[in-house]
Amino acid sequence: MEFQEVARLVEGEVLVPPPDGGLPIDRAYAADLLSDVLALTEESTTLITGQISPQVMRVAEILSVIAVIFVRGKHPPGPLVESAARLGIPVVVTKKTMFETCGLMYQNGVRPCRNRPMLVRTPPSSPST
Amino acid sequence: MQKPTDVGSNAAFLAVHLIDAGDVEFGGAASAKIKGDLRRLGIVEALARRAGIIAFEGEMNLILYSSHGGRITVCVDRGAIEITVEDDGPGIEDIDLALTPGYSTAPDWATDLGFGAGMGLNNMQKNADGFEIHSHIGSGTRIVCWIARGEHDAA
Repeated sequence: MEFQEVARLVEGEVLVPPPDGGLPIDRAYAADLLSDVLALTEESTTLITGQISPQVMRVAEILSVIAVIFVRGKHPPGPLVESAARLGIPVVVTKKTMFETCGLMYQNGVRPCRNRPMLVRTPPSSPST
Repeated sequence: MQKPTDVGSNAAFLAVHLIDAGDVEFGGAASAKIKGDLRRLGIVEALARRAGIIAFEGEMNLILYSSHGGRITVCVDRGAIEITVEDDGPGIEDIDLALTPGYSTAPDWATDLGFGAGMGLNNMQKNADGFEIHSHIGSGTRIVCWIARGEHDAA
């Protein structure tokens, strides 16, 4: 999908358009926890998040994130948008939930980026009584 | 993996970033600069990304957990990228536990910012070809990570 199509699909407001006009979006990763994004993504991706701390764009820069979609109407503060524009990372904000946003994008062909889920460690079971 | 060379003694590039404890506002800024510097040096994206992740996790650890801040030193030579993160306290009581994914002593305010999931040290180790950690209560922590540069890596 094209970035502009994604923005229309999620009824989003484009805060930073792609520098070259068009941008294909074919994979994504969704998380509020930036620790997860840093530790579990294995390639550059579109980031879907409700996190609007100043670190979002620094993580995006380090991971070469393609575009950022802010969900739940979380409007990023001005400096964050300026930072995205400076880095050439397109930004859209939508009022839809993370679940809806992911569902709509998946339905339209966007797939998960290569990632490495954390292994679930089960605590030792207590002896049955 | 064996450390390729004594990176520091023959460095073609050396940068030191001082990080203040609790400086959340600028958290990650030094690491973003480190990644940008490495790209400008001609380091390929995949290696610069790994180095950026290591630096970022180290930087956030200094901000969230160190007593008085610390420093990140980046050395690059023909063989490797070396990133050293060090502070003067408080030190890690149980290193094995701290390296366990999911173990965290982060305060709530760190979690609100999207950090403190207990994966930082583990992620540094995962992204490095070589990883050393030394820590003593009262004297601080020193982590050295190095990434081997491949033959296709420029500069």
